Amino acid sequence: MGANTNSEKYKSDGSLQGGLLEWVDARFPATSLWKEHLSEYYAPKNFNFWYFFGSLALLVLVIQIVTGIFLVMHYKPDAALNANGVPVAFASVEYIMRDVPWGWLIRYLHSTGASAFFIVVYLHMFRGLLYGSYRKPRELIWLFGVGIFLCLMGEAFFGYLLPWGQMSFWGAQVIVNLFSALPVIGQDLSILIRGDFVVGDATLNRFFSFHVIAFPLVLLGLVAAHVLALHEVGSNNPDGVEIKKFKDENGHPLDGIPFHPYYTVKDIVGVVVFLMVFSAVVFFVPEGGGYFLEYNNFFPADPLKTPPHIAPVWYFTPYYSILRAMVWNFFGLPAKFWGVVGMGASVVIFAFLPWLDRSPVKSIRYRGPIYKTLLAIFVVVFFVLGYLGTQPPSPVGEKISQVCTLFYFGFFLAMPWWSRMDKFKPEPDRVTK
Amino acid sequence: MKKFLMALLFAPLTALASGGAVHLDSWPGSVSDKAALQNGAKLFVNYCLNCHGASYMRYNKLMDLGLSEQEVKDNLMFTAEKIGEQMRVAARTDEQKQWFGAAPPDLSVIARARASEHGTGADWLYTYLRSFYRDDKRPTGWNNVVFENVGMPHALYGLQGQQVLNHETHKLEVAVPGTMQPAEFDKAASDLVGFLVWMAEPQQEFRKKLGFGVLIFLALLFVLAYALKKEYWKDVH
Repeated sequence: MGANTNSEKYKSDGSLQGGLLEWVDARFPATSLWKEHLSEYYAPKNFNFWYFFGSLALLVLVIQIVTGIFLVMHYKPDAALNANGVPVAFASVEYIMRDVPWGWLIRYLHSTGASAFFIVVYLHMFRGLLYGSYRKPRELIWLFGVGIFLCLMGEAFFGYLLPWGQMSFWGAQVIVNLFSALPVIGQDLSILIRGDFVVGDATLNRFFSFHVIAFPLVLLGLVAAHVLALHEVGSNNPDGVEIKKFKDENGHPLDGIPFHPYYTVKDIVGVVVFLMVFSAVVFFVPEGGGYFLEYNNFFPADPLKTPPHIAPVWYFTPYYSILRAMVWNFFGLPAKFWGVVGMGASVVIFAFLPWLDRSPVKSIRYRGPIYKTLLAIFVVVFFVLGYLGTQPPSPVGEKISQVCTLFYFGFFLAMPWWSRMDKFKPEPDRVTK
Repeated sequence: MKKFLMALLFAPLTALASGGAVHLDSWPGSVSDKAALQNGAKLFVNYCLNCHGASYMRYNKLMDLGLSEQEVKDNLMFTAEKIGEQMRVAARTDEQKQWFGAAPPDLSVIARARASEHGTGADWLYTYLRSFYRDDKRPTGWNNVVFENVGMPHALYGLQGQQVLNHETHKLEVAVPGTMQPAEFDKAASDLVGFLVWMAEPQQEFRKKLGFGVLIFLALLFVLAYALKKEYWKDVH
């Protein structure tokens, strides 16, 4: 650094003396917010690989919002056919891909971002399962997180209709029809969602509105709540022990380091690695092998032509498999209804984890073989369900998905018992390397 | 339990077996072959654009194939006035629907739409264009092995000739030769498919080139970011 000729302007902690910042601080808690959430937010020093995905989720959120803003400038939510016999909405996406400068890049960033969001969030959630991040006192962080996940699913579902391709149209048709399986209100509810008796222009316009305004607003609110709750109680860590138990003379946790600069510089490394993988997809395989952009969606929506096989996008397929696994009528209600209940429950059940898990330790490092085995099977089951959801229905697939569904719910519902039975190792007082 | 594991193991196989059975020939061309793309463009405007539109494409985009504005106007623009116009079809879609039973689809992104787990969109198109055969049961007199009971007649039969389906061997045989030899026709079909693949995403070559640049930049940034992290973290024990 060169000689600091303005040294008299700075206080010992480096902040400006009597400058703009002080003027602002007298009117807005700029410095105190910065300290509270970054420079004096003490995070455990032993974060590992799994702790990159929170900040990465935030990065993808920003990517989606920024690219989304530019897409909306050229996208037209209009199901009417243009002079060439193509729906306006579909044609406007191709207009973005060809005629808007850099439109193709913005669109690929957004479409790849959707899948990246789910990959990052699934890994972020799995971190919670590994280290018991949802346990007391972090139940609310977890609940806000489940809210974010639900919101994200809605956001993805509404957004997927917008390109107005065959899969957009028929996927929405299938999912909205599910609501008609609910007793009494079902029929009216599905009409209310569609705004019409079939998926059409009214549906496209309201989904557009939900996708660009309603859900992003709620999402941002929930993300703020998620982070605020986290900073209130402090982060968990791979050892699952509280760093606040041992503090130095200044009241800082002995095993904590300020988030800024330590984790900001560390997360930049994570961001660059993530961007490398992300760019590899965007620039070399933007269709993601038909999983990120489904091939059939390059056909414009045609209400008269049902595709032979309607598959949701990969991130919904585990729940879709659970939906299809329910094939029995119970209590006079049709199988379709139980499918919807099963699908809904399979997502919402995550919210109950803080109260289902009764193990005396948080981290997998100190849990025994029962948890390790069941968690491993749960991951396999999740992948198998996901795979089956991409495939056309088959008798073998149905049986497998039923077994997997049984395990999926059993894992959660029996957790209060099995989580206590395990053989535990003693937790250390302080974090380990 | 064992049965369940076996079922798990074979699930992908049974899923595959239940799919479509037509074998697709792999497309031999490449989108970076400019001469082939130009030939494909010529075939496209002469044989396809009469019925199929490519309405997301503008004629001036064809200059990316190494053609001048005048060359595009003289050789490839028959129905349009201005170079910035979209590659539209003169026929009306509702009339075409009456003629063929289905309106011929817009072909701008057909090479992307026809991709599946059985092969790329290029493979499908390359096989499809070479698989028409005479079938008196069809209103147009044509059928296709890849797309059964397709509404489209064989637009390239003057070049390929007329094939018939041998019902014993399930193979196609040329009954009436066309103006091209089989190998010559395969090359023409490949060029046409190349054009369709290029047209589905005209900037695809640039996209990949840019991708290398971006990855190199990120690799350098990684070195910097990692060094920064190491420097800051050396006092954390």
